[in-house]
Amino acid sequence: MTILPPERPRTLYAKLWDSHVVREREDGSTLLYVDRHLLHEVSTPQSFVALDRRGLRPHRPAANLAVPDHAVPTRGRDKPIADPMARAQTARLVENVDRHGIPFIPLSDARQGIVHVVGPEQGFTLPGITLACGDSHTSTHGAFGALAFGVGASECGIVMAAQALAQRRARTMVVRVEGTPGPGVTAKDLALALIAQLGANGAAGHAIEYQGAAIRALSMEARMTLCNMAIEAGARVALIAPDETTFAFLEGRPMAPKGPEWDAAVAYWRTLPSDEGALYDREVVLDAGKVAPFVTWGTSPEDAIAIDAAVPDPEAVADPARAGRLRKAIAYMGLEAGRPIAGTRIDTVFIGSCTNGRLADLRAAAQVVRGRSVAPGVRALVVPGSGLVKAQAEAEGLDLVFTEAGFEWREAGCSMCVAMNGDRLEPGQRSASTSNRNFEGRQGRGGRTHLLSPAMAAAAAVTGALTDVRTLEAMA
Amino acid sequence: MSAPLIRLETRAISLPETNTDTDIIFPARFLLKIDRDGMDECLFRDRRVGPEGEALDHPFDDPALRDAQVLVAGPGFGCGSSREQAVWALVDWGIRVVIAPDFGDIFAGNAAKNGLLCVRLPADTCRTLAARADAGARFGVDLPARVLTVDGARVAGLDLSDAAVQAFGEGWDEIDVILNREIDEIRRFEDDHRARQPWLFA
Repeated sequence: MTILPPERPRTLYAKLWDSHVVREREDGSTLLYVDRHLLHEVSTPQSFVALDRRGLRPHRPAANLAVPDHAVPTRGRDKPIADPMARAQTARLVENVDRHGIPFIPLSDARQGIVHVVGPEQGFTLPGITLACGDSHTSTHGAFGALAFGVGASECGIVMAAQALAQRRARTMVVRVEGTPGPGVTAKDLALALIAQLGANGAAGHAIEYQGAAIRALSMEARMTLCNMAIEAGARVALIAPDETTFAFLEGRPMAPKGPEWDAAVAYWRTLPSDEGALYDREVVLDAGKVAPFVTWGTSPEDAIAIDAAVPDPEAVADPARAGRLRKAIAYMGLEAGRPIAGTRIDTVFIGSCTNGRLADLRAAAQVVRGRSVAPGVRALVVPGSGLVKAQAEAEGLDLVFTEAGFEWREAGCSMCVAMNGDRLEPGQRSASTSNRNFEGRQGRGGRTHLLSPAMAAAAAVTGALTDVRTLEAMA
Repeated sequence: MSAPLIRLETRAISLPETNTDTDIIFPARFLLKIDRDGMDECLFRDRRVGPEGEALDHPFDDPALRDAQVLVAGPGFGCGSSREQAVWALVDWGIRVVIAPDFGDIFAGNAAKNGLLCVRLPADTCRTLAARADAGARFGVDLPARVLTVDGARVAGLDLSDAAVQAFGEGWDEIDVILNREIDEIRRFEDDHRARQPWLFA
């Protein structure tokens, strides 16, 4: 074990990194121990092939947890999966985890859901750990003070076989979120405002740590939303120091430590926050008090603006490459430069995903929907992030709030965030979506996506257009 | 094991767009495939094939560029989803070197494991190189010499460790490197780690 001089203040990132170094390689990379690995059906079939071809077994099966989420249908779960490719892929995951003795939550299980909702829910995600998953939104788990990052299929195989990965230490970026968010402003809006400020790959090579009074005041769900979206600014890793909110969320979770081990773990976790005086490579400040509800207008998450702003005008942009990109995005989105984004008609609303599919998100949306109806001609879906989220929401009667208003209430999964399971936009359709990516074709070929918060998505559903939720609440 | 990459000289394809995400490179609906066959057919699919199945005008379908092994891209190439299929599809089509101002972090990590060399050069240089590519120049990459040439003239050095040159040259798989050389150290670390944080091993 490397003992570092105690007088040198360290960041949370440095503490997590240093405590997992197996070996420094000659080429400047580091072999890092990986405590935990989340698996889903889409990014692992080829990883298991790599293992099986070499006759390898998982190094530590209990360090893994698998659950199908990306390709699974969100209705008709009593029947076999209709799409033969999705059915084969989901079946392959079952075969693979059976053969290798990997802990598994099947599609029929009440705990099934999106990996990034299930991990924290089960207490599989803990502070102080390293966690990998074949999904870029693995940054979500950094909300617990875990060094969590997305990897490709090859690295999924390596983690299973060796419990370690060669990585390069990231530079650090502290994002200080000060002030108090105004009414109708959520973690999603803070995330979109930050991505607009940094750019879609502006934080590449960096691990972000969110700090400040506004962060301390956030629930774990909101912290997960914020960390989830860090990858949309290019940061593979996002972190929030664990505190009482973190411990209260985790205590009693099925896979969290119990009894004396819980006490020992919490004592260790309390040593993780960045030391006073620790240095970061970059510092960014975001005044939460100045952030309005945000919405994206274009085809990159960086194309985010306040709901009371206008679609940018490429003619007013000096850089020709940037002007060209704006023109292309405006054309794809079927918008008009310089026009207010509010009032843009939508035909689809998607509430769900690893970004905004948790209980607090559904509550926020339901609060706006209660007593109102989905606008004529709008198809609106609520897809809970997990079966447990769904059950909790039903216990609170949220499902009835949604269904009575005209929403569809579905089973848990990634659904229309990645549009691999049949839930998708048709060409030219326009969605208000609580997911994380508005890329061309992300929600279906030719589909047009506007990213926003659950409350803003609910406002869009009941008005049929992108709407400032604050004006709606004033009317209610 | 990926095909060895030591040196090459071919024409280059330019795609100067900003933030070419991995959904553009490899649309999500093809992620349902459980093998690695036919990846090249999915590459940039929705840019190459229209909704009615009609061929769109795309450099990856230009017969004059069919042998190109170099891609000159814009900033943020490979940002977004972690799907390794984006890398497999590029390599399957024949691309071995991508030059861009910067890359998505996960894409770059995946590339290194599949013998796809990512070369970071300043945005101005990339724009110049894209214009040279469009004009039909031949791009040379020599890993042992650590040099990038265009029509025989050196334009940039390659920042590569000896280990990286060897890994590209021999097409090593990272999994074998770790299991053959480092597993004992992993086990030693694991024993210490278990003693420090026993709750992770309950």
